[in-house]
This record gives sequence, structure tokens and C-alpha cells, in this order.
Amino acid sequence: MRRVVVVGASAAGLATAAALRQQGFGGLITMIGDEPHLPYDRPPLSKQVLTGQWDAERLLLRPESDLKAMNLDLRLGVSATAVDRTARTVTLAHGGTVPYDALVIATGVRPRLLPGGHGRPGVHVLRTREDALALRDRLGDGRRLVIIGGGFLGTEVAAAARQRGADVTIVESGAEPLARIIGRAAGRFITGIHRDRGVRILTGLKAETFDTADGAVTGVRLDDGRTLPADDVLVATGSVPNTDWLRGSGLDIDDGLLCDAHGRCAPGIHAAGDVARWFNPLFGRAIRVEHRTSASEQGIAVARDLLTPATPQPAAPVPYFWTDQYEVKVQSHGYLPGHEESAVLDGDLAEGRALIGYRRGRHLTGVLAIGMPAKDVRPWRAAVARRTEWAAVTSAPTPAR
Amino acid sequence: MKVHIDEHKCVASGQCVLVAPDVFDQRDEDGVAVLLDDSPTPDKAGQIQEAVVICPGAAIRLDRA
Ligand SMILES: Cc1cc2nc3c(=O)[nH]c(=O)nc-3n(C[C@H](O)[C@H](O)[C@H](O)COP(=O)(O)OP(=O)(O)OC[C@H]3O[C@@H](n4cnc5c(N)ncnc54)[C@H](O)[C@@H]3O)c2cc1C
Repeated sequence: MRRVVVVGASAAGLATAAALRQQGFGGLITMIGDEPHLPYDRPPLSKQVLTGQWDAERLLLRPESDLKAMNLDLRLGVSATAVDRTARTVTLAHGGTVPYDALVIATGVRPRLLPGGHGRPGVHVLRTREDALALRDRLGDGRRLVIIGGGFLGTEVAAAARQRGADVTIVESGAEPLARIIGRAAGRFITGIHRDRGVRILTGLKAETFDTADGAVTGVRLDDGRTLPADDVLVATGSVPNTDWLRGSGLDIDDGLLCDAHGRCAPGIHAAGDVARWFNPLFGRAIRVEHRTSASEQGIAVARDLLTPATPQPAAPVPYFWTDQYEVKVQSHGYLPGHEESAVLDGDLAEGRALIGYRRGRHLTGVLAIGMPAKDVRPWRAAVARRTEWAAVTSAPTPAR
Repeated sequence: MKVHIDEHKCVASGQCVLVAPDVFDQRDEDGVAVLLDDSPTPDKAGQIQEAVVICPGAAIRLDRA
């Protein structure tokens, strides 16, 4: 293997490149990214960038000197438009092809849009540095922000916008923000924090169209006929994997690139990060996880598999994410979507600190910690990794340290 | 070899402790990463480099000098 081509120059792509170098790969690494910036980090976009605590320079994933030391053939501001699996080449938007011995696809996801309205002044999504700076500059005392979608992104932005003095409304189509993933009780608890801080939360409603005047947004019309006046609207209704450029390649791109437990999706091709749907033996199925840590973990695992393909080490990682809601830290180990039951295993939501366990089948498949000391949460990761029986955790809550 | 942690970037995930338990720990009160040893021996380089990559806050730096 002489040349590795990585498409996507963000968390997963850079982790792959860094791990390849650390593990001694001396060949050529070409990294192709369509954004014009050096690789930067996204989680602070909805947190420190929106509140104004950080400027964009702090977002760099690695200092420029580290990148130089990695000796990458970095092609920024260029998108890949196709892959030819027979010739083993990637085609670039401005013409030209790049040959590969190994290809790593790390193209992430993009926001799902609502028809009509995007591109108008005042209508926002939040995925890139530009998105965050544009929204940041519009927030301020009394400015009216309507957030469509009460997921992690929508609720984090609500928290940041309230800290900037904006007047914030969340429109959630489900019964409770966040509930689809973390369950009703935890969802209700976090929603309660937002209500206490003055966020208006409307549930069971869908946004239908945007009202506009002189081209700019003035409000959002809901499916019950009501109109919410707005200076700005954030559409935070989920994401779509960036796999359009792989159409016709023969790769399985139904909800992201399907990979085995090593991140392999076809001979000579791996995928990592938000765009990848890895088989995870711990949960017995392929899951696509949009968490920052998974991007790094998968990048490291792909590098290892590229360099030592003869001794594969199937990864069964326990997914991890955190979210900051005002001063409350929420952390989770495991995989929560599709859980069949949840229960408070430690602490008490009424006191603002609790550890909630999630069951699917007979096992503990995930935990969520709200306001718990971070150190007390880590042992639960091992409990999930061991596939602890649900009956065991509900009878003797605290796992041995 | 010197290890640096940017406390403001640390998100208290504890991922560094999982890969390099002899080098990192978490503060009891807020989970922010702390160094058990800021000038570790070269045999720890591999673990620390993995911590640099795995850290979800991009908060760890390793100076080889
Ligand atoms: C605002 C925000 C807040 C977040 N907060 C948290 C959090 O608190 N906790 C958490 O665990 N996770 C969080 N995440 C998720 C985390 O940021 C992602 O999991 C992580 O960025 C995934 O990295 P990635 O490299 O797989 O994909 P991305 O970061 O999406 O990077 C993919 C890159 O590939 C580029 N690309 C796409 N198509 C092409 C192409 N054809 N050619 C070339 N380049 C291409 C994209 O432009 C992008 O630069 C947050 C995400 C956002 C947006």
C-alpha cells in the first residue's frame, strides 16, 4: 500500500490520517475536503461559538504545525464527485483524478432541509463554521429565534441563544424534545430546564411553511394554522449522509455506507465517522452513530486495519456522546435509539442528578447521566461493554469500580 | 516528552483515561482531565498519541521535544 486517499477533511478523516502516521505509515496520504478551512471541530459551534466565548480560530482540530508534521497532501476546497472502483481512482470536481491503493470515505452528513425558505435571509442550518458565525451574529437581546426540531442540536442552540438574551421557541413534532432517543422522563427533565430559562416549547406540531417579506423570513407557519413571528429560524430536523457522490458506485449507501466491524465497505474501501454505518457486534447490527468520539475511534480502527489487514481486530466500541445544556452536563455511553425500557439506576431526577439505564432485549444497552460526576459515569461504560443483564443492574444498581 | 491539556477545551469525557490510565485522570468535581505525569517516559508515547486523537474536545497536545 503506497497511497491512501481520504475523502472528508474533518474529525474522522483527520483521525485516520493521524493514526496512520502514528502507526508508522510512510506512504502518501492525500486528504480531500470540500470546505476551504483547515480541519476544525464542530461540537463547539452550537456551544462556545454561539455564546460568543470562542472565536473561530479555536476550532482547529490540530495546530498547523502538527498538520505539517503529518506530511499530508491536503486538498482543501475541492470536492470528490465519484469513485471508479475498477481503476481505483477518485474524481475531483474541477476535473482530474487521484489514484488510490486504499480509499477512506469520511464525508460526514449535512442538515436535512425543509422545502422552501433555505437561502433566504434569516433561515439557518448549523453544520459548518460559516453557519455558526452567521447565526451567532444574528442572536441578541430580544431577537426572536424559532428552532424547528427539539433534538440535541436544537436544544443546545436554544440554551446558547437564551444566554445571548434571545427570545427562543422550539417547535417539536414529537411529544417531548429529545424523548425519541433518551426517553420521556429524561426528555421531560431537560425540557424543564429550558422552560425554567424562558424557552417556549411547542410539541406535537410541525412547521409547514415560512412567512417572508422582501425575501427575508418573518415567521413560521405551523400545521395547526398558527404563525410564529421570527427574526431567525433554525432548521434542526436531523441530517442526511453525504453519499450522493457515491451513487452508481455499487456501494451500499442506504442510510450511510454499510461497513463491517473493521470499517470495510468493499475491497480497498473503508468508511469512518458520521457517514458510516458500522456493524457493531455488541448490539448485533450495523449502526450509524453521529458522535464526535466515534469519528476518532473509527478513524483509528481503520488505520489499524489498513496497516495490519492480516490480523483484523473487530471493533465493538461503546458509543459515547455528551451534550451541554446550560450548566448541566449530559453524558451517555452505549446506544439508546430503539430502547425498550428505561429506568433511573442511580440518583434522582427530582434532585437534578441521575443515571438512567436503557434496555433492549435482556441487556443494558446504554446509560445516560445527567448532572452526575463524570468519574462516576465511566464504570457504566464497562457495564454496557460486558452486556450486563438488565435484571442485574435493576436489582444492584451501582457497578463495581 | 511533555503533555499539555487545554482545560477550557476538555469536555470531561474521560476518553484519555480509558486509553492512557497511567498518564491521565479526571478531577472529582467536574471531570476535567488532569495529568498524573506531565513528562511521561517514551514508552507511553503510543498511548498518549492515541489519547490526542481520541479526545473529543481536541484538548490534548504532546510535545516530543
Ligand atoms: C453543531 C454541532 C454540535 C455537535 N455537538 C456534539 C456533541 O456535543 N457531542 C457529540 O458527541 N457530537 C457532537 N456533534 C457531532 C460531531 O461533530 C460529529 O459526529 C463529527 O463532526 C463527525 O465527524 P466526521 O468527520 O465523520 O464528519 P463531518 O464533521 O461532517 O466531516 C465531513 C467532511 O467531509 C466534507 N465532505 C462531504 N462530502 C465531500 C465530498 N464529496 N468531497 C470532499 N469533502 C466532502 C464535509 O464538508 C466535511 O468537511 C455535533 C455536530 C454539530 C454540527
